[in-house]
Amino acid sequence: MANLAAVVGVGQTKHKSKHKDVSMAGLVRQAAERALADAGCEWKDIDALVLGKAPDMFEGVMMPELYLTDALGGNGKPVIRVHTAGSVGGSTAILAANYVQSGVYNRVLTVTFEKQSESNATWALSPRMPFVPHVNAGAGGFFAPYMRQYKEKYGAPDYIGCMVAVKDRLNACRNPYAHLQIPNIDLAMVQQSPMLWEPVRFLESCPSSDGACALVIANEQLALRAPNKPAWILGSSTRSDGTMYAGKDNVHPQSLIACARDVYAKSGITNPRKQIDVAELYIPFSWYEPMYLETLGFCGEGEGWKMVESGATAMTGDMPINASGGVLSSNPIGASGMLRFGEAALQVRGMAGEHQVDGARLAIGHAFGGAHSYYAMWAVSADKP
Amino acid sequence: MRDAAIIGYAQGPQYRYAGAANESELIMPVVRRVMEQVGVGQQDIDFTCSGSCDYLQGAAFAFVEGLSALATVPPIKESHVEMDAAWAVYEALIKIWTGEADLCLVYGFGKSSPGELRTVMALQLDPYYHVPLWPDAISLAALQARAMLDSGAISERDMAEVVARSRANARANPNAQLKGNPGIEELLAEPGFVSPLRRHDCPPITDGASAMIVASADVAARYCKRPAWVRGIDHRMETGILGARDLTRSPSTRIAGEKAGVARGKVDLAELHAPFSHQEIILRRELGLADAVPVNLSGGALAGNTMMAAGLDRIGFVAERIINGKADRGVAHATSGPCLQQNLVAVLEA
Amino acid sequence: MTDAREPVTGIEVPIYLNYEFTAGAALARFLASIREGRIMGQRCPGCASVYVPPRGSCSRCGIPTEEEVEVKDTGVIEAFTIVHIPIPGNPIKPPFIAASILLDGTDMACLHLVSEVPTEQVHVGMRVQAVWRPREEWDYTFENIAWFKPAEGA
Repeated sequence: MANLAAVVGVGQTKHKSKHKDVSMAGLVRQAAERALADAGCEWKDIDALVLGKAPDMFEGVMMPELYLTDALGGNGKPVIRVHTAGSVGGSTAILAANYVQSGVYNRVLTVTFEKQSESNATWALSPRMPFVPHVNAGAGGFFAPYMRQYKEKYGAPDYIGCMVAVKDRLNACRNPYAHLQIPNIDLAMVQQSPMLWEPVRFLESCPSSDGACALVIANEQLALRAPNKPAWILGSSTRSDGTMYAGKDNVHPQSLIACARDVYAKSGITNPRKQIDVAELYIPFSWYEPMYLETLGFCGEGEGWKMVESGATAMTGDMPINASGGVLSSNPIGASGMLRFGEAALQVRGMAGEHQVDGARLAIGHAFGGAHSYYAMWAVSADKP
Repeated sequence: MRDAAIIGYAQGPQYRYAGAANESELIMPVVRRVMEQVGVGQQDIDFTCSGSCDYLQGAAFAFVEGLSALATVPPIKESHVEMDAAWAVYEALIKIWTGEADLCLVYGFGKSSPGELRTVMALQLDPYYHVPLWPDAISLAALQARAMLDSGAISERDMAEVVARSRANARANPNAQLKGNPGIEELLAEPGFVSPLRRHDCPPITDGASAMIVASADVAARYCKRPAWVRGIDHRMETGILGARDLTRSPSTRIAGEKAGVARGKVDLAELHAPFSHQEIILRRELGLADAVPVNLSGGALAGNTMMAAGLDRIGFVAERIINGKADRGVAHATSGPCLQQNLVAVLEA
Repeated sequence: MTDAREPVTGIEVPIYLNYEFTAGAALARFLASIREGRIMGQRCPGCASVYVPPRGSCSRCGIPTEEEVEVKDTGVIEAFTIVHIPIPGNPIKPPFIAASILLDGTDMACLHLVSEVPTEQVHVGMRVQAVWRPREEWDYTFENIAWFKPAEGA
């Protein structure tokens, strides 16, 4: 029943701690212009605008679609703004894909961003809310106990998280847009960086970045005429559950299991590790890589850390994860999910430049938000279904 | 693209202060009520979409609390817009039209009482040029009203008439916050508030929540004898630069109305999301509604303005009338942004 | 005429907004009890889970939790981390333990601090008991419990 849709344009800004060179409007426009150029189309060719970003308090701008419409050619068009916490970049891309799949629109521009430097993200992420005991400094403090639980339960050696951090930051050196590029990073450097919340060290956690990502998504007819190879959207899904409830599994979250199962079914993926050529996963803290490998069905329970140790998730491995450097290298929160979805598209289009995984034809993008509460995923292919 | 219909709607009580009740305590009763009304449980729902705005409550991620009001084991397919839930209805319809959902739950909620709403709303403007001047929502609406009066498009009496009708209509709505039977002279005798607006030309501060169930043609008849079919729906945005707009007009409403097909049939009733009295007149004109068309039989936003649900409420009231056999065709409108910057129009039919 | 001054590339726009927060009806009842030194959870009529702190609803079942259940101030550590960075405004000195503690009689862990124990000795499954602040300092807050320490006789 759904029409076919494909990603025909991907654009992003260079991600950095403070983009003092552009306003918020300038930031999003940069990403949008690049996506339009990639898609070989102009502002007037876009039927609708789908915007997404994380909490408004990160910039102090309420409902920014109202201010940004001028910068993004939204005047006179349908404009909507999605917000699903950290997974927003993903769920925004999914709504944009749905716009085309529904048959209502032919070609849609979707933009996500964060300009955290303009407000105080640490404050916005954990404001001193009354009535709630303040036991953590930063988001990592909330997630660390579960990473620690995984490490202990499955006997993972200490350096596994560090290996992920090294891999992602070295991958980022091949991605001109990545925020953190540390060419001389090695295991020792990571292991010597200050411990924040055990087991997460400073160099194992994500930065805070200003950045934007934009996609142009079009229907089959327009995709076949696009100047660059389209990335066909095979299937997408979102799954959510409550922040806290009795019996919630925070190491292998139910909502992620359900989300992945749905996307795999829609995309004809029965053996994820064999069929998927490359995956862009939302890993904000190193230990989530081994954990998500298991939850996503790339390996059995307790085997994720072994997969990391074996080098399987490196660019040269059989299951490269985050060839772009991932969230550990660039984290403009509202855009991070769309960067995963967009990088997956770049891979199957053969347009990932120096961080291209050779022969990638099927890729997944994954986004994560809240307390393991919001998951969004899609599968894209070089081959038209 | 298969047909879709609204098959259920419930509005919670509209409070000036919800007091201790938090988001999920506001949402839960109204979601349960609409599900009971239609005869479904969370496990029957294919997609849930909500609308809310964290800045109203002053807490980043406040919308996450909404999930506490739902049964999320097994995990649900869900999304959220940081906008009026009328746009969540739109997202639900898109989902139905992709074929990925047959039954959708939509809810919107707003708790404006904790903050200084009119000041918070200033944050919707350009952060570099306009926000530092702190033009609050009421002052901006007043500018628009002044432009309307000075151009001769309306008179103060016209504004008072809108208010009088709203109060009188609201008497039939048990959830409405402001109801009564004021006379025109009585209203005109009231002192100015933010000139040329009087207090009654402005919406009340409201805490509340509303919920709706939207269904595809394949399942609507199973749950509802007289679904309110969505015959047309469209939304359009205008520039965020207030000085670049003619505030006495609403071209985005006109375009959305045309695309939604308002003029294609008889309009039995219209619910227009006009938080300020003069705006109802602008909208009516842009939609080309004849004088005989009853507008805001619910009392409209002037009678109760749950931010982020007021637009949903307009759609809900029209749907409810059709479902209950009291109307055959109606127009619902929702707005977002200062002075009617962004507008959504839906045409519903039996 | 060109302007010889440096172009303005940024401005500071302080935002001061006042909000009156409310705890939510369920949490308000919990806070009123903890002010008296009692921990009151709420039980879900659907799955019988007891929640501390209560949120007024069970997000497994999506139904209100109304039945109040008093629970003891002892429990077991389900998960924990050792935090090395300070909490703004909190005198506790890093490294300290932030833990998910399953209070006896409840079905969902609550987040709190653990102290008075060498960090190497903390483990999942360790039994802990609350250390309350002096009674005169009690207010409407879960922080009437300063932290948890290893349970005596554990």
